[in-house]
Amino acid sequence: MADAKVIPFGEEPRARRKARRAGRTGRGTALAPVPEARTEHPPAAPPPSRPRTLDERIAGGLAFLRRRITGDYEVDDFGYDEELTDQVLMSLLRPFYEKYFRVEVKGVENIPSDGGALIVANHSGTLPLDGLMLQVAVHDNHPAQRHLRLLAADLVFVLPVINELARKAGHTLACAEDAQRLLERGEIVGVMPEGFKGIGKPFSDRYKLQRFGRGGFVSTALKAGVPIVPCSIVGAEEIYPMIGNAKTLARVFGLPYFPITPTFPWLGPLGAMPLPTKWTIQFGEPIPTAGYPPEAADDPMLMFNLTDQVRETIQHTLYKLLVQRRSVFF
Amino acid sequence: MGKVVLVTGVARQLGGRFVRRIQRDPDVDRVIGVDAVPPEHHLGGAEFLKADIRHPAIARVLAETGVDTVIHMDINGTPLGKRGGRASVKETNVIGTMQLLGACQKAPNVQRLVIKSSTSVYGSAPRDPAVFTETTTPKSLPSGGFAKDVVEVEGYVRGFARRRPDVAVCVLRFANILGPCADSPLAEYFSLPVWPTVLGYDPRLQFVHEDDAIEVLRIAAAAPRRGTLNSGTFNIAGDGVLLLSQTSRRLGRPTVPLLLPTVTWAGTALRSIGITDFSPEQIRLLTHGRVVETTQMRETLGFRPKYTTAETFAEFARSRGPGLLPPESLARTVDRLAGVLPARGGLSQ
Repeated sequence: MADAKVIPFGEEPRARRKARRAGRTGRGTALAPVPEARTEHPPAAPPPSRPRTLDERIAGGLAFLRRRITGDYEVDDFGYDEELTDQVLMSLLRPFYEKYFRVEVKGVENIPSDGGALIVANHSGTLPLDGLMLQVAVHDNHPAQRHLRLLAADLVFVLPVINELARKAGHTLACAEDAQRLLERGEIVGVMPEGFKGIGKPFSDRYKLQRFGRGGFVSTALKAGVPIVPCSIVGAEEIYPMIGNAKTLARVFGLPYFPITPTFPWLGPLGAMPLPTKWTIQFGEPIPTAGYPPEAADDPMLMFNLTDQVRETIQHTLYKLLVQRRSVFF
Repeated sequence: MGKVVLVTGVARQLGGRFVRRIQRDPDVDRVIGVDAVPPEHHLGGAEFLKADIRHPAIARVLAETGVDTVIHMDINGTPLGKRGGRASVKETNVIGTMQLLGACQKAPNVQRLVIKSSTSVYGSAPRDPAVFTETTTPKSLPSGGFAKDVVEVEGYVRGFARRRPDVAVCVLRFANILGPCADSPLAEYFSLPVWPTVLGYDPRLQFVHEDDAIEVLRIAAAAPRRGTLNSGTFNIAGDGVLLLSQTSRRLGRPTVPLLLPTVTWAGTALRSIGITDFSPEQIRLLTHGRVVETTQMRETLGFRPKYTTAETFAEFARSRGPGLLPPESLARTVDRLAGVLPARGGLSQ
């Protein structure tokens, strides 16, 4: 919608960005369930350059349907259904990612192409849309199309339907066992250590990082010997400006908070529509952890220092991005 | 391999198969099968002793026969046949194990004890890690039913292992055992024409093939092979994971998603008319699922299952015959549709 209004900031040369943007908008019909063709990094098996004909798309869809209704697909130990995620769940999120929040991604080269890494991001926005957008951002922008495995709060796995979708999209419970298992398998794991303190904070505290739990994510990364990639997400704070928290209602429903925004719950379901803010996701320089001895994971001082380092990096990047931002919506 | 082997629970299909198999091992001189009821299947020439392990008489059996290897397989979730209720099952599981362990403690010849346990000890809860290892402590211990029996049985076994350090104790925690003649509650559930499921949950399940279960029991009952150790606690499961929705599609059985409270009522109704055992822990398994780590089984016990979870299920599906919506006919319908559509468009073919 507002392509011309976006002012390119950051280290990336303007020409390259333009080229990519042109490539993206020129990509035929929007609903094709193929991974989008990139102009810079051709994937190992390049998709046909011409847009798929209707018949090919129908044939592809029928083959997909055939596999699904006969149960002929694989899931991993965590219940991650790669086919469903790629072909259905990602396609449902992509309009939000591309058209609604117009997510701009910087520093995707900081995510390694192979092997494990732990992406640590800030958390905000009342509903965890930032996690989902981060997942699309990593998959669609990374040359190796890596899949982000998010660690989610236990509430997610208590709720019906939500838990089923979360497992199929590759999310798992935020606990040290699961995180370490995924990292040792060489997956990219995403964690938001602020948890409910971050996502449910009042609007007046926006972009102020909350406490990073007990820093368990650092010791997990250290034990697995994978780098920590700090990640700052700007724009998610304003999608549901939370001006109040109905604590009694929250307790009744068993939720950690019950948000009151200028539109919710006053407008009913319409008030649950997020505001169309413009998002920026910046991945920072990876912090290597491979150099530490194995017993370092039990050193609380080192854990606190590394946690603080990650937290400071994210907070400073947030301030930098906020200064560069021209408006919340454009 | 010990010379004299005592196997409990031989009236069950799995116990009977195990006795027949171990009978053929050259190192085994004598196999004694024990159960409270005589088995309907033959035991391949093994001796059968009608003895109830809930009674102290079992101690005399052990003393008189000079048993050196005890395979305790009489730990079950459901009563055998239509006899007995939950109370007698629980008594056999818990009191039976206590009596048997007491008898083993008094029997100086016993060198090896193998317990057929279950991964139910981990319970299933949304707040647990996705994959259980042998050392994971579950967030919420099972509050009743078979799972609680297993937790108690394992507690007594640990106590026995402390008191008799000279006995090699091996606890095998089996995932759901499936096979052509499996009579587990889950197999009964899979035989229903239409499956009640819990709306909004798609549990992850793991299966072990019967053949693999027999094989791993044999490994545990024999002397450890080079470079392996067969005392301790091991999770036993086939590789990989199947979702309940996948199993229903592969077996061609339609599902009826019900709200969680309704499932409990439906389960009670089904149980009271005797169709299937739909116990609370069964419902929990079908809500949250359970997956265990099997690295210890591979590396320490040195056992590699022949069948993966998916292959086990395929074998089971073959033995059960097609359901109401066979996947082959669904696939054929889609293929026919695919054959019709390009003919209409006709350009790119």
